[in-house]
Amino acid sequence: MLKCKFDVKGLDLYYSDFQALKKVDLEMSENEIMAFIGPSGCGKSTFLRTLNRMNDIVEGCRIEGKILLDGKDIYAKNVDVNQLRKRVGMVFQKPNPFPQSVYDNIAYGPITHGIRKKTDLDEIVEKALKDAAIWEEVKDRLRKSALGLSGGQQQRLCIARALAVEPEILLMDEPTSALDPVSTGTIEDLMVELREKYTIIIVTHNMQQATRISDKTAFFLMGEVIEYGKTIDIFSNPKHKRTENYITGRFG
Amino acid sequence: MKLTKFIDRALLVLTWLFAGLTIAVLAYIIFHIVINGVPHLRLSLFEIRHTSANVSMLPSIVSTLFMVILTLIFAVPLGIFTSIFLVEYMKKGSRFVNVVRSAAELLSGIPSIVYGLFGLLFFVEFLGLGLSLLSGSLTLSIMILPLVIRTTEEALKSVPDGYREGSFALGAGKLRTIFVIILPSAIPGIFAGVILAVGRIIGESAALIFTAGTFAQIPDNILQSVRTLAVHMWVLSGEGHHINEAYATAVALLAVIFLINALSTLAAKKIFSIA
Ligand SMILES: Nc1ncnc2c1ncn2[C@@H]1O[C@H](COP(=O)(O)OP(=O)(O)OP(=O)(O)O)[C@@H](O)[C@H]1O
Ligand SMILES: [Mg+2]
Repeated sequence: MLKCKFDVKGLDLYYSDFQALKKVDLEMSENEIMAFIGPSGCGKSTFLRTLNRMNDIVEGCRIEGKILLDGKDIYAKNVDVNQLRKRVGMVFQKPNPFPQSVYDNIAYGPITHGIRKKTDLDEIVEKALKDAAIWEEVKDRLRKSALGLSGGQQQRLCIARALAVEPEILLMDEPTSALDPVSTGTIEDLMVELREKYTIIIVTHNMQQATRISDKTAFFLMGEVIEYGKTIDIFSNPKHKRTENYITGRFG
Repeated sequence: MKLTKFIDRALLVLTWLFAGLTIAVLAYIIFHIVINGVPHLRLSLFEIRHTSANVSMLPSIVSTLFMVILTLIFAVPLGIFTSIFLVEYMKKGSRFVNVVRSAAELLSGIPSIVYGLFGLLFFVEFLGLGLSLLSGSLTLSIMILPLVIRTTEEALKSVPDGYREGSFALGAGKLRTIFVIILPSAIPGIFAGVILAVGRIIGESAALIFTAGTFAQIPDNILQSVRTLAVHMWVLSGEGHHINEAYATAVALLAVIFLINALSTLAAKKIFSIA
């Protein structure tokens, strides 16, 4: 039995008076890839962003219920949000490298968390870029602007940037939706490798992608988790009619 | 069908006409100043000491530079911090932000002579700073503050939210995000605002006559009265028998403005082109 990382209990989320998540219960385990699927607007991103408290910066957003990380409530009063976000990294749908050099992009996180020594930083940058399978492509242009990279390279750079602060969990919101098949393949291989060391949670609209790489899948609909469990079970033998309709493409 | 085509044509012609007119007027003004000013540029106009005989403009050139620098020192940090507060810390569309914004808009519409009177009453008399470089620059700071705030606000707002999210998601705090990620990418926009402000400072006369006075000297402290180039021109043309020197000063004023624009564009290019 894998160790449970996130344990979500009865989570409700409201944007002002609109309820975007309804009584979500989910468990996510260590060294697994968990995929969230569901039609547009059903709350996948919203849910993902509650896990590293990115919704804190959204005005009018409030939550009820509990999210436990290693058994501790991440919304408790004494939680340091910045430390939480260091443990729970995030990669966004749209690659968002900072308008700085490749090196500075990666070093930003470690420096933020107090690493100052040049040799240490050099090492972290190289390791993160290697882990994200982009080292070979950028090693000769570390000092050049990250904005000059291709979309796929930028996304892998963002993954490297997230890895550089050594998170325990990596949240990825449709990380390949803007990419060509080759870049997508590279990033999928990467996720499978990263599973050895991290817990990965990914939002995807691509059913094949979910089946290819994920261990568990949760199906969201209108702010509710309709069904979740082993990916093979969900796709080969869905318990709910609505899940079946969605994954067979008869819907949404 | 025919009518719309005709209107299309007419509009195109009008656009060209007005664009041409604008350029023609600008060209004529510059031409007029250069023709009337350049022949009167003499070496004695650039003597260190101003006397009523040589009407040297060198003290005014130096004073103008001091005025620009001092005013920017007061207004730019204040303006930038105000905008950071408004954009990054206050909620969007909050009452307070709207009030500050309307106040800034109102302030930018007030004629500069009103600032001059305010400066005279407040800085010169009430605070007892006298007619001085300091009073003048404080007055001008208030005058250009709305401009700095507005351009900085626009610059901050145009920084993609993705940068903010990316930084927060790495566990960076708000201050670090603002100073390391957001401000650097907003600097070109802020810079453009500062250049506009510099233009206003150099061109200002009314507000300075009341606050910095008209004494032509290279000041050795900020409590001395100074006469900037624009004020110098005003004095010369008011006296009636120095019209030629006033034109020569106008040439120098144009030159200073061109120079500052060219230098800052160059500097901007140097700073913002990451190799
Ligand atoms: N900042 C916000 N303020 C108000 N409502 C929001 C906000 N963000 C999302 N919503 C609403 O919450 C619901 C869930 O949005 P969310 O972005 O989580 O959907 P999603 O499942 O990620 O969709 P997609 O697949 O298109 O990315 C939607 O109805 C959306 O309109
Ligand atoms: Mg989404």
